[in-house]
Amino acid sequence: MSILRLTDVKVDIKGSQILHGVTFAVEENKVTALLGRNGVGKSTTIKAILGIYQSTGDIEFAGNSISGEQTYKIVKTGMGYVPEDREIFTGLTVRENLEFAARDEEPQWDLVYDLFPELKTRANQRAGTLSGGQQQMVAISRALVNKNRILLIDEPTKGLAPKLVTEVADALVRVVGSTTMLLVEQNLPLVKRIAENIVVMDQGKVVYSGSAESLNDEIFVKQMLGVSGGHK
Amino acid sequence: MSTFILILFTGIGLGALYFLVASGLSLIYGLMGVLNFAHGTFLTVGAFVGLWLMQSVFKSSGTVSFFAAMLIGGLASGLFALLMEQLLIKKLYDRHIDQALVTVGVSLAIGALLAGWFGSDLRLMLLPNFMNKAWMIGGAAIPVDRLVYVAVAVILLLGNFALMKFTRIGLVIRAGVENRTMVTALGVNVKLAFSFVFFLGGFAAGIGGVLIASYSSGVSPLMAGSWLIYGFIVVVVGGMGSVGGSFAAAMLIGVLKQFTNYYASSLGDFVIVAVLVVVLLTRPQGLAGKVSV
Repeated sequence: MSILRLTDVKVDIKGSQILHGVTFAVEENKVTALLGRNGVGKSTTIKAILGIYQSTGDIEFAGNSISGEQTYKIVKTGMGYVPEDREIFTGLTVRENLEFAARDEEPQWDLVYDLFPELKTRANQRAGTLSGGQQQMVAISRALVNKNRILLIDEPTKGLAPKLVTEVADALVRVVGSTTMLLVEQNLPLVKRIAENIVVMDQGKVVYSGSAESLNDEIFVKQMLGVSGGHK
Repeated sequence: MSTFILILFTGIGLGALYFLVASGLSLIYGLMGVLNFAHGTFLTVGAFVGLWLMQSVFKSSGTVSFFAAMLIGGLASGLFALLMEQLLIKKLYDRHIDQALVTVGVSLAIGALLAGWFGSDLRLMLLPNFMNKAWMIGGAAIPVDRLVYVAVAVILLLGNFALMKFTRIGLVIRAGVENRTMVTALGVNVKLAFSFVFFLGGFAAGIGGVLIASYSSGVSPLMAGSWLIYGFIVVVVGGMGSVGGSFAAAMLIGVLKQFTNYYASSLGDFVIVAVLVVVLLTRPQGLAGKVSV
């Protein structure tokens, strides 16, 4: 059963059409990876879902149309967002960043500090002084602190050192199964590890939608993504 | 030495008034990107309400009347700012040229309205007796009113600090100054914070208006002009969105202006503009501002 459904979604930014009618669905309690080369519209799709970019077409979440709604109202329906460049509040402390994001009456502090114990010890540290990996932990924790119905995660391992990629990947693996996830990720080994479904985009359109097992096909990967299969 | 101390204290007093004008401007621009040319009108509205209360309601220029008029003048100005935000600015977020035109229009319209109603002449504001006295500090006779301005500015600075540091709305404002889009993407209605900041900016300006009226010995519809210009200079030098930066910049500019005017007759305005140019060329984000990327 799909919890999120996009139908013919188009986005135009300053006269330039970025999305040319995107249609796909995200199944509940599964991880769907949104793949494609750089600049094909993956992050724009996430932002269109959140209402950050205005779009045409229809976006349905949990049976209700959220098209045209204000971003904060869309998020309150149960969406957690981890942006591509972390976008944590650098002038706030780690604790303030997390408390700011907490909407639920009973935030999942145990889950967050269990996944990233380092954040507890750095609670009073200004977030702008954290390393890139630690900042990513804050960004992911902001999405996990509420019991969201879907997580929209945009390139969580981008720019991280290999050791941190593993740490972030392990954290994502731990929350898989308990939540729905739409994941934009270039790291194919990670996608293979956690995604059940994939949606491949090219030039602002969906060109493939199906099982993540397709990623085991070297020819498919080369044709669709222009890279090798990432057997690491 | 006593002359030095006198100039220093009067400079700090002047800086305190600049801060009261600039703090709201800084927050409104820092959080919302609204270049509010009607901010001087908030100051004028506060001053007129304060004068009206003292002359027509309290019928007294006693200490309690003065401070009550200052507080209520601030509240009235805050409500005026909120009304303007709800009726006009709310529809123009992200339309910066339209915001500038509308706020200039409001400033001109309210100025003309007040001039038509009360006349353009300076209307005298009587002060409590204690504010006309002087305290001897280091051999210098420091006018008590300057110390009152500093005390009010420090109370507002500390109140602002406590609000920002220890309340949820303060957290939203601090986060919003950094990244408005991400605030909404975390499920927070940033527009409520916008409205609150407008009220807060109007409140500080209104209080500043009553104190500026006491500094200038009266109230007139055009009283805000040069104060608003100095407010903008303080905001740019201090750093957009940083109230602490505005306080430091206001003190610096107030003291520098007084010393320059004393030692290099009437060159104060020139030196302040020179400081503004140097800051814009060498540190465009201001003393406490962050580099925008």
